[in-house]
Amino acid sequence: MSAGLVAQYGGEIATLTIEHLWLAGAAVLSATAVAVPAGVWLARSPRWARPVIGLANILQTIPSLAMFGFLLPLPWLGEHAARIAIVALSAYALLPILRNTYAGIRGIDRSIIEVSCALGLTDAQRLFKVELPLAAPFILAGLRTATVTSIGIATIAAAVGAGGLGELIFRGVASVDNRLVLAGAIPAALLALAADAALGQLERWFKVPA
Amino acid sequence: MSSAIEIRDVSFANAQGRLLLDNISLSVEEGTTAAILGRSGSGKTTLLRTLNRMVQPTSGEILLHGKNVASFDLIKLRRNMGYVIQETGLFPHFTVERNVSLVLEAEGRSRQDCLRRSHELLQVVGLEPASFAKRPPHQLSGGQRQRVGLARALAADPEFLLMDEPLGALDPLTRAEMQDMLRDLLSRLKKTVLLVTHDLDEALYLAHRIILLNEGKLLACLSPTEFIASREPLIESYVRAFRRGWHNAAPEMPPPK
Repeated sequence: MSAGLVAQYGGEIATLTIEHLWLAGAAVLSATAVAVPAGVWLARSPRWARPVIGLANILQTIPSLAMFGFLLPLPWLGEHAARIAIVALSAYALLPILRNTYAGIRGIDRSIIEVSCALGLTDAQRLFKVELPLAAPFILAGLRTATVTSIGIATIAAAVGAGGLGELIFRGVASVDNRLVLAGAIPAALLALAADAALGQLERWFKVPA
Repeated sequence: MSSAIEIRDVSFANAQGRLLLDNISLSVEEGTTAAILGRSGSGKTTLLRTLNRMVQPTSGEILLHGKNVASFDLIKLRRNMGYVIQETGLFPHFTVERNVSLVLEAEGRSRQDCLRRSHELLQVVGLEPASFAKRPPHQLSGGQRQRVGLARALAADPEFLLMDEPLGALDPLTRAEMQDMLRDLLSRLKKTVLLVTHDLDEALYLAHRIILLNEGKLLACLSPTEFIASREPLIESYVRAFRRGWHNAAPEMPPPK
Protein backbone atom coordinates (compact mmCIF):
# COMPACT_ATOMS: atom_id res chain seq x y z
CA MET A 1 0.00 0.00 0.00
CA SER A 2 1.60 3.21 -1.03
CA ALA A 3 1.86 6.17 1.28
CA GLY A 4 -0.52 8.11 -0.95
CA LEU A 5 -3.21 5.50 -0.51
CA VAL A 6 -2.97 5.60 3.26
CA ALA A 7 -3.06 9.40 3.18
CA GLN A 8 -6.08 9.33 0.91
CA TYR A 9 -8.09 6.56 2.61
CA GLY A 10 -6.47 6.32 6.05
CA GLY A 11 -9.43 7.64 8.00
CA GLU A 12 -11.87 5.52 6.09
CA ILE A 13 -9.75 2.40 6.51
CA ALA A 14 -9.69 2.97 10.26
CA THR A 15 -13.46 3.40 10.51
CA LEU A 16 -14.14 0.42 8.29
CA THR A 17 -11.67 -1.74 10.23
CA ILE A 18 -13.51 -1.02 13.45
CA GLU A 19 -16.81 -1.74 11.74
CA HIS A 20 -15.34 -4.98 10.39
CA LEU A 21 -14.14 -6.02 13.83
CA TRP A 22 -17.52 -5.27 15.31
CA LEU A 23 -19.33 -7.43 12.73
CA ALA A 24 -16.99 -10.38 13.11
CA GLY A 25 -16.68 -9.99 16.88
CA ALA A 26 -20.42 -9.76 17.51
CA ALA A 27 -20.97 -12.76 15.27
CA VAL A 28 -18.35 -14.93 17.01
CA LEU A 29 -19.62 -13.93 20.45
CA SER A 30 -23.23 -14.76 19.64
CA ALA A 31 -22.19 -18.02 18.00
CA THR A 32 -20.18 -18.89 21.13
CA ALA A 33 -23.17 -18.13 23.34
CA VAL A 34 -25.16 -20.71 21.39
CA ALA A 35 -22.54 -23.26 20.39
CA VAL A 36 -20.72 -23.79 23.71
CA PRO A 37 -23.87 -24.65 25.71
CA ALA A 38 -25.09 -26.72 22.75
CA GLY A 39 -21.74 -28.55 22.63
CA VAL A 40 -21.95 -29.26 26.36
CA TRP A 41 -25.46 -30.62 25.90
CA LEU A 42 -24.33 -32.82 22.99
CA ALA A 43 -21.47 -34.18 25.07
CA ARG A 44 -24.07 -35.20 27.67
CA SER A 45 -26.48 -36.68 25.11
CA PRO A 46 -24.21 -37.95 22.33
CA ARG A 47 -27.01 -39.53 20.32
CA TRP A 48 -27.96 -36.03 19.23
CA ALA A 49 -24.43 -35.21 18.17
CA ARG A 50 -24.66 -36.47 14.61
CA PRO A 51 -27.89 -34.73 13.60
CA VAL A 52 -27.06 -31.44 15.32
CA ILE A 53 -23.48 -31.21 14.12
CA GLY A 54 -24.77 -32.30 10.70
CA LEU A 55 -27.17 -29.36 10.71
CA ALA A 56 -24.40 -26.92 11.57
CA ASN A 57 -22.40 -28.50 8.79
CA ILE A 58 -25.19 -27.86 6.28
CA LEU A 59 -25.31 -24.19 7.31
CA GLN A 60 -21.62 -24.06 6.51
CA THR A 61 -22.19 -25.20 2.91
CA ILE A 62 -24.51 -22.32 2.01
CA PRO A 63 -22.55 -19.87 -0.14
CA SER A 64 -22.12 -16.66 1.83
CA LEU A 65 -23.50 -14.34 -0.82
CA ALA A 66 -26.62 -16.52 -1.04
CA MET A 67 -26.95 -16.54 2.75
CA PHE A 68 -26.92 -12.73 2.86
CA GLY A 69 -29.50 -12.76 0.08
CA PHE A 70 -31.79 -15.18 1.93
CA LEU A 71 -31.80 -13.05 5.06
CA LEU A 72 -32.46 -9.78 3.23
CA PRO A 73 -36.28 -10.11 2.99
CA LEU A 74 -36.77 -11.26 6.60
CA PRO A 75 -38.81 -8.79 8.71
CA TRP A 76 -36.66 -7.63 11.63
CA LEU A 77 -33.32 -8.68 10.16
CA GLY A 78 -33.75 -7.11 6.76
CA GLU A 79 -34.20 -3.63 8.22
CA HIS A 80 -30.60 -3.39 9.24
CA ALA A 81 -27.74 -4.66 7.08
CA ALA A 82 -25.45 -5.15 10.09
CA ARG A 83 -28.04 -7.48 11.64
CA ILE A 84 -28.06 -9.63 8.52
CA ALA A 85 -24.30 -9.74 8.50
CA ILE A 86 -24.01 -10.73 12.15
CA VAL A 87 -26.65 -13.47 11.88
CA ALA A 88 -25.10 -14.88 8.73
CA LEU A 89 -21.58 -14.79 10.14
CA SER A 90 -22.70 -16.46 13.37
CA ALA A 91 -24.29 -19.23 11.36
CA TYR A 92 -20.88 -19.98 9.86
CA ALA A 93 -19.14 -19.67 13.22
CA LEU A 94 -21.42 -22.26 14.87
CA LEU A 95 -19.87 -25.40 13.44
CA PRO A 96 -16.23 -25.06 14.54
CA ILE A 97 -17.19 -23.97 18.06
CA LEU A 98 -19.90 -26.60 18.45
CA ARG A 99 -17.77 -29.41 17.10
CA ASN A 100 -14.74 -28.50 19.20
CA THR A 101 -16.72 -28.07 22.41
CA TYR A 102 -18.31 -31.47 21.88
CA ALA A 103 -15.03 -33.17 20.95
CA GLY A 104 -13.14 -31.37 23.72
CA ILE A 105 -15.46 -32.62 26.44
CA ARG A 106 -15.90 -36.10 25.01
CA GLY A 107 -12.13 -36.37 24.70
CA ILE A 108 -11.48 -35.97 28.42
CA ASP A 109 -10.02 -39.09 29.99
CA ARG A 110 -12.89 -41.31 31.21
CA SER A 111 -11.23 -41.91 34.55
CA ILE A 112 -11.22 -38.17 35.31
CA ILE A 113 -14.94 -37.86 34.62
CA GLU A 114 -15.64 -40.99 36.61
CA VAL A 115 -13.70 -39.73 39.61
CA SER A 116 -15.43 -36.35 39.43
CA CYS A 117 -18.78 -38.10 39.74
CA ALA A 118 -17.63 -40.55 42.38
CA LEU A 119 -16.16 -37.79 44.54
CA GLY A 120 -19.58 -36.22 44.68
CA LEU A 121 -19.18 -33.16 42.46
CA THR A 122 -22.53 -31.84 41.30
CA ASP A 123 -23.19 -31.62 37.57
CA ALA A 124 -22.43 -27.92 37.53
CA GLN A 125 -19.23 -28.34 39.56
CA ARG A 126 -18.05 -31.07 37.21
CA LEU A 127 -18.78 -28.83 34.22
CA PHE A 128 -17.12 -25.68 35.49
CA LYS A 129 -14.25 -27.10 37.52
CA VAL A 130 -13.31 -30.06 35.39
CA GLU A 131 -14.86 -30.35 31.94
CA LEU A 132 -14.74 -26.79 30.64
CA PRO A 133 -11.19 -26.06 31.89
CA LEU A 134 -9.93 -29.30 30.35
CA ALA A 135 -11.81 -28.72 27.09
CA ALA A 136 -10.76 -25.06 26.96
CA PRO A 137 -7.87 -25.49 24.50
CA PHE A 138 -10.22 -27.28 22.07
CA ILE A 139 -13.01 -24.75 22.50
CA LEU A 140 -10.53 -21.92 21.93
CA ALA A 141 -9.21 -23.65 18.83
CA GLY A 142 -12.76 -23.71 17.50
CA LEU A 143 -13.20 -20.07 18.43
CA ARG A 144 -10.03 -19.27 16.58
CA THR A 145 -11.14 -20.98 13.39
CA ALA A 146 -14.53 -19.28 13.69
CA THR A 147 -12.94 -15.85 14.18
CA VAL A 148 -10.58 -16.14 11.24
CA THR A 149 -13.35 -17.33 8.90
CA SER A 150 -15.71 -14.63 10.15
CA ILE A 151 -13.18 -11.90 9.46
CA GLY A 152 -12.77 -13.29 5.96
CA ILE A 153 -16.47 -13.71 5.18
CA ALA A 154 -17.31 -10.34 6.72
CA THR A 155 -15.76 -8.67 3.67
CA ILE A 156 -18.68 -10.05 1.64
CA ALA A 157 -21.17 -8.45 4.03
CA ALA A 158 -20.49 -5.17 2.24
CA ALA A 159 -22.55 -6.60 -0.62
CA VAL A 160 -25.72 -6.07 1.43
CA GLY A 161 -24.46 -2.72 2.71
CA ALA A 162 -23.33 -3.88 6.14
CA GLY A 163 -20.05 -1.99 5.84
CA GLY A 164 -16.67 -3.23 6.92
CA LEU A 165 -13.51 -3.47 4.86
CA GLY A 166 -15.40 -5.26 2.09
CA GLU A 167 -16.74 -1.83 1.25
CA LEU A 168 -13.34 -0.76 -0.14
CA ILE A 169 -12.93 -4.06 -1.95
CA PHE A 170 -16.30 -3.84 -3.69
CA ARG A 171 -15.71 -0.24 -4.62
CA GLY A 172 -12.27 -1.12 -5.93
CA VAL A 173 -13.67 -3.96 -8.03
CA ALA A 174 -16.43 -1.76 -9.42
CA SER A 175 -14.05 1.03 -10.38
CA VAL A 176 -11.29 -1.38 -11.51
CA ASP A 177 -8.97 0.18 -8.97
CA ASN A 178 -6.61 -2.46 -7.59
CA ARG A 179 -5.19 -0.06 -5.03
CA LEU A 180 -8.61 0.36 -3.49
CA VAL A 181 -9.09 -3.43 -3.45
CA LEU A 182 -5.81 -3.78 -1.60
CA ALA A 183 -6.76 -0.98 0.80
CA GLY A 184 -9.60 -3.24 1.94
CA ALA A 185 -7.97 -6.65 1.52
CA ILE A 186 -4.67 -6.00 3.30
CA PRO A 187 -6.17 -4.69 6.58
CA ALA A 188 -8.70 -7.56 6.51
CA ALA A 189 -5.89 -10.09 6.13
CA LEU A 190 -3.83 -8.44 8.88
CA LEU A 191 -6.88 -8.47 11.14
CA ALA A 192 -7.33 -12.20 10.57
CA LEU A 193 -3.65 -12.89 11.23
CA ALA A 194 -3.67 -10.83 14.42
CA ALA A 195 -6.79 -12.56 15.73
CA ASP A 196 -5.29 -15.94 14.87
CA ALA A 197 -2.08 -15.16 16.75
CA ALA A 198 -3.82 -13.73 19.80
CA LEU A 199 -6.26 -16.62 20.17
CA GLY A 200 -3.46 -19.10 19.49
CA GLN A 201 -1.58 -17.63 22.40
CA LEU A 202 -4.62 -17.95 24.65
CA GLU A 203 -5.06 -21.55 23.56
CA ARG A 204 -1.48 -22.43 24.51
CA TRP A 205 -1.99 -20.78 27.83
CA PHE A 206 -4.85 -23.15 28.66
CA LYS A 207 -3.09 -26.28 27.49
CA VAL A 208 -2.32 -28.74 30.28
CA PRO A 209 0.62 -31.11 30.00
CA ALA A 210 -0.63 -34.70 30.09
CA MET B 1 -25.56 -54.28 65.65
CA SER B 2 -26.14 -53.81 61.96
CA SER B 3 -23.20 -54.05 59.58
CA ALA B 4 -21.72 -50.92 58.09
CA ILE B 5 -22.28 -52.36 54.62
CA GLU B 6 -24.83 -54.98 53.85
CA ILE B 7 -25.34 -56.22 50.33
CA ARG B 8 -28.59 -58.16 49.94
CA ASP B 9 -29.35 -60.36 46.92
CA VAL B 10 -27.81 -57.86 44.53
CA SER B 11 -27.89 -58.67 40.83
CA PHE B 12 -26.92 -56.51 37.92
CA ALA B 13 -27.39 -57.12 34.22
CA ASN B 14 -25.86 -54.72 31.72
CA ALA B 15 -27.71 -53.16 28.78
CA GLN B 16 -26.87 -56.19 26.65
CA GLY B 17 -28.57 -58.41 29.22
CA ARG B 18 -25.35 -60.04 30.47
CA LEU B 19 -25.55 -60.86 34.15
CA LEU B 20 -22.51 -59.21 35.76
CA LEU B 21 -23.58 -59.66 39.38
CA ASP B 22 -25.58 -62.73 40.28
CA ASN B 23 -27.51 -62.59 43.52
CA ILE B 24 -24.72 -61.43 45.82
CA SER B 25 -25.20 -61.13 49.56
CA LEU B 26 -22.51 -60.21 52.03
CA SER B 27 -21.77 -57.78 54.79
CA VAL B 28 -18.79 -55.79 55.98
CA GLU B 29 -18.37 -54.74 59.60
CA GLU B 30 -17.71 -51.15 60.54
CA GLY B 31 -14.07 -50.11 60.53
CA THR B 32 -12.88 -53.23 58.70
CA THR B 33 -11.39 -53.77 55.29
CA ALA B 34 -12.81 -56.25 52.81
CA ALA B 35 -10.83 -57.22 49.72
CA ILE B 36 -12.67 -58.26 46.58
CA LEU B 37 -10.78 -60.76 44.45
CA GLY B 38 -11.60 -62.53 41.22
CA ARG B 39 -10.68 -62.83 37.58
CA SER B 40 -10.99 -59.85 35.25
CA GLY B 41 -14.65 -59.58 34.34
CA SER B 42 -15.83 -61.40 37.45
CA GLY B 43 -17.79 -58.34 38.58
CA LYS B 44 -15.42 -56.88 41.19
CA THR B 45 -15.52 -53.31 39.95
CA THR B 46 -19.23 -53.50 39.23
CA LEU B 47 -19.91 -54.62 42.78
CA LEU B 48 -17.78 -51.80 44.14
CA ARG B 49 -19.61 -49.26 42.01
CA THR B 50 -23.03 -50.33 43.26
CA LEU B 51 -22.02 -48.88 46.63
CA ASN B 52 -21.75 -45.28 45.46
CA ARG B 53 -24.52 -45.76 42.90
CA MET B 54 -22.27 -45.45 39.88
CA VAL B 55 -24.03 -48.72 39.01
CA GLN B 56 -27.71 -49.25 39.79
CA PRO B 57 -28.40 -52.90 40.72
CA THR B 58 -31.14 -54.57 38.68
CA SER B 59 -32.43 -56.18 41.84
CA GLY B 60 -31.54 -56.45 45.49
CA GLU B 61 -30.51 -53.71 47.86
CA ILE B 62 -27.47 -52.24 49.54
CA LEU B 63 -27.71 -50.98 53.08
CA LEU B 64 -25.34 -48.69 54.96
CA HIS B 65 -26.00 -49.10 58.67
CA GLY B 66 -29.35 -50.52 57.75
CA LYS B 67 -30.31 -47.67 55.43
CA ASN B 68 -30.79 -48.26 51.71
CA VAL B 69 -28.22 -46.40 49.58
CA ALA B 70 -31.00 -45.48 47.16
CA SER B 71 -32.58 -43.35 49.88
CA PHE B 72 -29.49 -41.15 50.36
CA ASP B 73 -28.95 -37.88 48.57
CA LEU B 74 -26.58 -38.92 45.76
CA ILE B 75 -24.04 -36.15 46.29
CA LYS B 76 -23.98 -36.65 50.08
CA LEU B 77 -23.66 -40.40 49.65
CA ARG B 78 -20.68 -40.02 47.33
CA ARG B 79 -18.94 -37.46 49.49
CA ASN B 80 -19.15 -39.92 52.33
CA MET B 81 -17.36 -42.53 50.20
CA GLY B 82 -13.78 -41.90 49.21
CA TYR B 83 -12.99 -43.33 45.80
CA VAL B 84 -9.58 -44.37 44.52
CA ILE B 85 -8.91 -45.98 41.15
CA GLN B 86 -5.91 -47.47 39.44
CA GLU B 87 -5.44 -44.68 36.89
CA THR B 88 -5.85 -42.21 39.79
CA GLY B 89 -7.88 -39.83 37.62
CA LEU B 90 -5.99 -36.86 39.06
CA PHE B 91 -7.10 -33.57 37.57
CA PRO B 92 -4.24 -32.58 35.25
CA HIS B 93 -5.14 -28.88 35.36
CA PHE B 94 -4.89 -28.61 39.15
CA THR B 95 -1.90 -28.67 41.44
CA VAL B 96 -1.53 -31.51 43.91
CA GLU B 97 -3.02 -29.49 46.77
CA ARG B 98 -6.03 -28.49 44.72
CA ASN B 99 -6.58 -32.04 43.57
CA VAL B 100 -6.79 -33.05 47.18
CA SER B 101 -9.03 -30.19 48.25
CA LEU B 102 -11.45 -30.07 45.33
CA VAL B 103 -14.12 -31.96 47.25
CA LEU B 104 -13.82 -29.51 50.13
CA GLU B 105 -13.95 -26.63 47.70
CA ALA B 106 -17.11 -28.20 46.27
CA GLU B 107 -18.55 -28.26 49.76
CA GLY B 108 -18.00 -24.52 49.93
CA ARG B 109 -15.25 -24.50 52.55
CA SER B 110 -12.97 -21.50 52.71
CA ARG B 111 -9.77 -21.47 50.70
CA GLN B 112 -7.67 -21.42 53.85
CA ASP B 113 -9.52 -24.34 55.28
CA CYS B 114 -9.10 -26.27 52.03
CA LEU B 115 -5.35 -25.68 51.89
CA ARG B 116 -4.78 -26.50 55.53
CA ARG B 117 -6.67 -29.77 55.27
CA SER B 118 -5.00 -30.57 51.96
CA HIS B 119 -1.52 -30.17 53.43
CA GLU B 120 -2.51 -32.17 56.48
CA LEU B 121 -3.65 -35.03 54.22
CA LEU B 122 -0.53 -34.92 52.08
CA GLN B 123 1.42 -35.41 55.26
CA VAL B 124 -0.80 -38.34 56.20
CA VAL B 125 -0.09 -40.14 52.93
CA GLY B 126 3.61 -39.45 53.22
CA LEU B 127 4.10 -36.55 50.82
CA GLU B 128 5.91 -33.50 52.19
CA PRO B 129 3.55 -30.56 51.43
CA ALA B 130 6.44 -28.12 51.09
CA SER B 131 7.78 -29.96 48.07
CA PHE B 132 4.61 -31.52 46.62
CA ALA B 133 1.66 -29.19 47.21
CA LYS B 134 2.31 -26.88 44.26
CA ARG B 135 3.32 -29.49 41.71
CA PRO B 136 1.15 -30.51 38.78
CA PRO B 137 0.25 -34.24 38.76
CA HIS B 138 2.24 -35.02 35.63
CA GLN B 139 5.47 -34.38 37.52
CA LEU B 140 4.78 -37.17 40.00
CA SER B 141 5.78 -40.83 39.91
CA GLY B 142 3.12 -43.53 39.84
CA GLY B 143 3.36 -44.17 43.56
CA GLN B 144 3.20 -40.47 44.40
CA ARG B 145 0.10 -40.10 42.23
CA GLN B 146 -1.61 -42.91 44.08
CA ARG B 147 -0.78 -41.20 47.34
CA VAL B 148 -2.38 -38.00 46.08
CA GLY B 149 -5.40 -40.01 44.90
CA LEU B 150 -5.71 -41.49 48.36
CA ALA B 151 -5.37 -38.11 50.06
CA ARG B 152 -8.09 -36.77 47.79
CA ALA B 153 -10.37 -39.67 48.68
CA LEU B 154 -9.88 -38.92 52.36
CA ALA B 155 -10.41 -35.17 52.01
CA ALA B 156 -14.02 -34.97 53.16
CA ASP B 157 -13.27 -37.47 55.94
CA PRO B 158 -15.65 -40.07 54.51
CA GLU B 159 -16.81 -43.00 56.55
CA PHE B 160 -16.27 -45.41 53.67
CA LEU B 161 -13.42 -45.91 51.25
CA LEU B 162 -13.82 -47.62 47.88
CA MET B 163 -10.60 -48.60 46.18
CA ASP B 164 -10.44 -50.14 42.74
CA GLU B 165 -7.03 -51.72 42.22
CA PRO B 166 -5.35 -48.66 43.69
CA LEU B 167 -1.88 -50.20 43.51
CA GLY B 168 -2.37 -52.25 40.35
CA ALA B 169 -0.04 -50.26 38.14
CA LEU B 170 2.90 -50.00 40.54
CA ASP B 171 6.14 -51.95 40.63
CA PRO B 172 6.38 -54.54 43.43
CA LEU B 173 8.62 -52.50 45.72
CA THR B 174 6.61 -49.29 45.46
CA ARG B 175 3.52 -51.39 45.92
CA ALA B 176 4.89 -52.93 49.10
CA GLU B 177 5.68 -49.46 50.48
CA MET B 178 2.18 -48.32 49.64
CA GLN B 179 0.70 -51.39 51.27
CA ASP B 180 2.61 -50.64 54.46
CA MET B 181 1.39 -47.07 54.39
CA LEU B 182 -2.20 -48.19 53.72
CA ARG B 183 -2.17 -50.81 56.45
CA ASP B 184 -0.94 -48.31 58.96
CA LEU B 185 -3.37 -45.66 57.77
CA LEU B 186 -6.42 -47.93 57.71
CA SER B 187 -5.76 -49.27 61.18
CA ARG B 188 -5.61 -45.72 62.50
CA LEU B 189 -8.50 -44.17 60.60
CA LYS B 190 -11.05 -46.95 61.15
CA LYS B 191 -12.71 -46.49 57.79
CA THR B 192 -14.90 -49.18 56.35
CA VAL B 193 -13.03 -50.17 53.21
CA LEU B 194 -13.81 -52.13 50.07
CA LEU B 195 -10.67 -52.89 48.13
CA VAL B 196 -10.72 -54.47 44.68
CA THR B 197 -7.44 -56.18 43.89
CA HIS B 198 -5.87 -58.86 41.74
CA ASP B 199 -3.21 -59.55 44.27
CA LEU B 200 -3.97 -62.20 46.90
CA ASP B 201 -0.92 -61.15 48.92
CA GLU B 202 -2.22 -57.60 49.09
CA ALA B 203 -5.66 -58.83 50.12
CA LEU B 204 -4.24 -61.00 52.89
CA TYR B 205 -1.99 -58.21 54.07
CA LEU B 206 -4.65 -55.51 54.21
CA ALA B 207 -8.06 -57.08 54.60
CA HIS B 208 -10.09 -58.63 57.39
CA ARG B 209 -12.39 -60.30 54.90
CA ILE B 210 -11.61 -61.86 51.56
CA ILE B 211 -14.41 -61.81 49.04
CA LEU B 212 -13.95 -63.98 45.95
CA LEU B 213 -16.15 -63.48 42.90
CA ASN B 214 -16.42 -65.74 39.91
CA GLU B 215 -18.55 -64.87 36.89
CA GLY B 216 -20.65 -62.54 38.99
CA LYS B 217 -21.27 -65.07 41.73
CA LEU B 218 -20.00 -64.89 45.28
CA LEU B 219 -17.64 -67.80 45.91
CA ALA B 220 -16.30 -66.83 49.29
CA CYS B 221 -16.49 -64.21 51.97
CA LEU B 222 -14.01 -65.49 54.52
CA SER B 223 -11.37 -64.33 56.94
CA PRO B 224 -7.82 -64.50 55.51
CA THR B 225 -6.91 -67.62 57.48
CA GLU B 226 -10.12 -69.38 56.49
CA PHE B 227 -9.50 -68.37 52.91
CA ILE B 228 -6.05 -69.90 52.60
CA ALA B 229 -7.12 -73.01 54.49
CA SER B 230 -10.22 -73.52 52.36
CA ARG B 231 -10.63 -76.85 50.54
CA GLU B 232 -13.16 -75.41 48.13
CA PRO B 233 -11.67 -76.29 44.69
CA LEU B 234 -12.14 -72.85 43.11
CA ILE B 235 -10.67 -71.10 46.14
CA GLU B 236 -7.82 -73.57 46.30
CA SER B 237 -6.96 -73.06 42.66
CA TYR B 238 -7.04 -69.31 43.17
CA VAL B 239 -4.64 -69.56 46.11
CA ARG B 240 -2.43 -71.98 44.21
CA ALA B 241 -2.10 -69.57 41.30
CA PHE B 242 -0.16 -67.23 43.58
CA ARG B 243 2.15 -69.77 45.09
CA ARG B 244 3.33 -71.85 42.19
CA GLY B 245 6.70 -70.18 41.70
CA TRP B 246 7.91 -70.60 45.24
CA HIS B 247 7.59 -74.34 45.39
CA ASN B 248 8.12 -75.09 41.77
CA ALA B 249 10.68 -72.76 40.18
CA ALA B 250 11.32 -73.19 36.45
CA PRO B 251 14.00 -75.85 35.78
CA GLU B 252 17.48 -74.56 35.10
CA MET B 253 18.69 -74.42 31.55
CA PRO B 254 20.74 -77.49 30.59
CA PRO B 255 24.47 -76.63 30.17
CA PRO B 256 25.41 -75.90 26.54
CA LYS B 257 27.00 -78.85 24.76
